Amino acid sequence: MSRPSFELISTEQVARILDEAFALLAHTGVRVSLPEARALLASGGAAVDENAEVVRLPEALIRAGLQSAPHSFTLYNLLGEARLTYGDDQVHFDPGSAAVNVLDADSGRQRPAQSADLLRIIQVAEGLPQFAAQSTAVVCADIPVPIGDLYRLYLVLLHSAKPVITGAFTAEGGQRMLRFLAGVCGGAQALRERPVAVFDVCPTPPLVYSAFAAQSLIDLARAGVPAEIVSMPLAGSAGPVTLLGSVVQHAAECLAGIALHQCAAPGAPIVWGGAPAIFDMRHGTTPMGAVETAMMDAAYAQVGRSLGLPTHTYLAASDAKLVDAQAGLESGISAVLAALAGVSMVSGAGMLDFLNCHSAEKLVVDAEAVRAALRLREGMHELTPTLGLEFFVGIDFRADFLKQKVTRQLFRAEQSLPSAVIDRGSVRAWEESGRLDTWARARLRVEELVAAYTPPDLPPAQAQELRERMAAEQKAVSA
Amino acid sequence: MSTDIFQAMAQSVIDGEKEEAARLARQAVTDGIDPLVAIDQGFVAGMRYVGEQYTLGEMFLPDLVLAAEAMKAAIAELEPEMARRGTARQVLGTVVIGTVEGDIHDIGKTLVGTLLSANGFKVYDLGVNVPLQTFLDKALEVNADIIGLSTLLTTTMINQRKFVQALEAAGVRSRFKVLVGGAPVTRSWAAEIGADGYSEDASGAVQAAIQLMQGG
Ligand code: B1M
Repeated sequence: MSRPSFELISTEQVARILDEAFALLAHTGVRVSLPEARALLASGGAAVDENAEVVRLPEALIRAGLQSAPHSFTLYNLLGEARLTYGDDQVHFDPGSAAVNVLDADSGRQRPAQSADLLRIIQVAEGLPQFAAQSTAVVCADIPVPIGDLYRLYLVLLHSAKPVITGAFTAEGGQRMLRFLAGVCGGAQALRERPVAVFDVCPTPPLVYSAFAAQSLIDLARAGVPAEIVSMPLAGSAGPVTLLGSVVQHAAECLAGIALHQCAAPGAPIVWGGAPAIFDMRHGTTPMGAVETAMMDAAYAQVGRSLGLPTHTYLAASDAKLVDAQAGLESGISAVLAALAGVSMVSGAGMLDFLNCHSAEKLVVDAEAVRAALRLREGMHELTPTLGLEFFVGIDFRADFLKQKVTRQLFRAEQSLPSAVIDRGSVRAWEESGRLDTWARARLRVEELVAAYTPPDLPPAQAQELRERMAAEQKAVSA
Repeated sequence: MSTDIFQAMAQSVIDGEKEEAARLARQAVTDGIDPLVAIDQGFVAGMRYVGEQYTLGEMFLPDLVLAAEAMKAAIAELEPEMARRGTARQVLGTVVIGTVEGDIHDIGKTLVGTLLSANGFKVYDLGVNVPLQTFLDKALEVNADIIGLSTLLTTTMINQRKFVQALEAAGVRSRFKVLVGGAPVTRSWAAEIGADGYSEDASGAVQAAIQLMQGG
């Protein structure tokens, strides 16, 4: 069986993108605003201009990093169960991260996200097998800022049996999160062997690693906890206007990050990820639902795959303000493209308004797009010795395939079953059940998932450990 | 002949050709044209046209930004002559702008600064991750009318509040108008922290700044 896949650019273009990215790093270089990171790169053979904080990277240094970076890694949950692999040609989805607001389902308006909203999103995502991982989906306005990044991680760990895609807001926050994880996972070595989280690290476009980003890469590499480079050239503002030009910048930012990360700890897990967007020239916004955004993602994912690295992107998100037709079409189209592009982890489901807003209702709609995308990626199954011939034995021109045992036996393998969010009933049934539109059906589905939610089976001592460590961190910060 | 050069000035801004705009500005000085007249009847006319076309959806951000750059280049050429004549361009107001400490989001703030300067404000852009004291020091140094604080992170919004408080503590609150913006910033947040103005996008920021200058 052949897997359908979407290759947007040619092999020659992949090679040219890498050639230009290497040239950019050798001649223009990257600005790295952390002395320790510059020193690490210098010891690997980079030329450093300390005054300008600019590092020029020889190709050999980067190649060494590409050589030592693993091609796949597995994520676990707190129970120590292996849950998913990044790489190995797998495609997974998780909800988008770090929204400022949620779309309040009752008022239909955005409001600042609270920890109760995060809990609700976690509970909904927990019941959706389409999402292999959780994310720290929103920033909770009711939690003190200094421990906000840790608190989101804590909530997910306490309430989910899936691994988590997360990120810090400051270098200290990241260090606190790593300490916390080591504490609740049975020590630094256990965490390294069975990582439960991936941390997003964002270079600043164009071609800058802030002290925070550089420090995060070093800390994550040394802890052996997967780092996900989230490079985001904004084509036309913080990146070249051409899609290919921005993909070159993306490659350069990722290659520089990998070089630094692998200098800090060769062999540590790292992901070729990103969240680029085109820059909308009318509104000055960064549309995640634009087809050109998805095109950059598909192209850079192809580059990452050519290097054998696990990949990540931001798709299945929309710029609509409601869970409406625009939200459906942008998220649906881009989820399909991401799956066909073979991206290891696709973040973004549930998000509206340029990643500013999260919605549990959108998440359950997006789950249907993800289901469809993953089904499409399975391709055309060959489930029987003949493709069709054998079905016609005894059919005698009657439409009696429903009576065949094989129909009952195989329909589930062929058809992915949608939830009640997708209406495939008759118009009469639809009228009788109250003429519900997608939004209304999504609200019901969210209620259903929240009601059916079951917490992870954490041993009481471990749950206790989580709570106590969180309380201690809270106290340390307020002291 | 003067109308020709004014038209060419306007056109250089419309085309976003900053070398051409600067060349025309130098020519105006050579020809003895009053710099203020050159600005008003030449360059500003072009800027106004681009602004209108942008509002109509006929022109786009690159047109606007390149026009603003051409305008800046022309004014830079005219400034020494204005100083020599002892005149000064009528600016709508002086703005100190930046992204607050702890936040490195640059693009929205820069766009706001560009549009403010294109619309007749004198703008000092302090960049990103700017300590609150630096905003205040610069505002005092250039005798700013408006201090603009941008932030994209909920975690750093608090610095907008702290800044208003710092102005009060320094006893200079009434000297400056405070304009706040950035994706998570709302009108009610602006009101809550006692900022004077708020806008959710760059063209709104220009309107808000004009209003602030009119005492609104
Ligand atoms: C003075 O008066 C005024 C008046 C109006 C004003 C104004 C001032 N300032 C702005 N306005 C207004 O007018 C402008 C023009 O119309 C508008 O400006 P904007 O800036 O909104 O619009 C720009 C023209 C285009 N928009 C943008 O440029 C921002 C887009 C998004 C995707 C974004 C980007 C690009 C970046 N980011 Co960041 N980033 C996101 C953003 C999501 C979003 N949609 O906002 C957001 C803001 N980021 C976020 C995060 C989490 C982060 N980011 C980070 C980093 C970055 C990059 C550096 C990679 C990059 C910025 C690149 C650069 N050179 O500026 C990190 C922060 C680092 C730091 N300490 O600052 C990091 C913490 C990620 C991490 N874990 O490392 C989220 C914030 C979450 C929260 N609750 O606060 C976020 C909503 C995305 C998300 N969901 O994750 C208006 O807001």
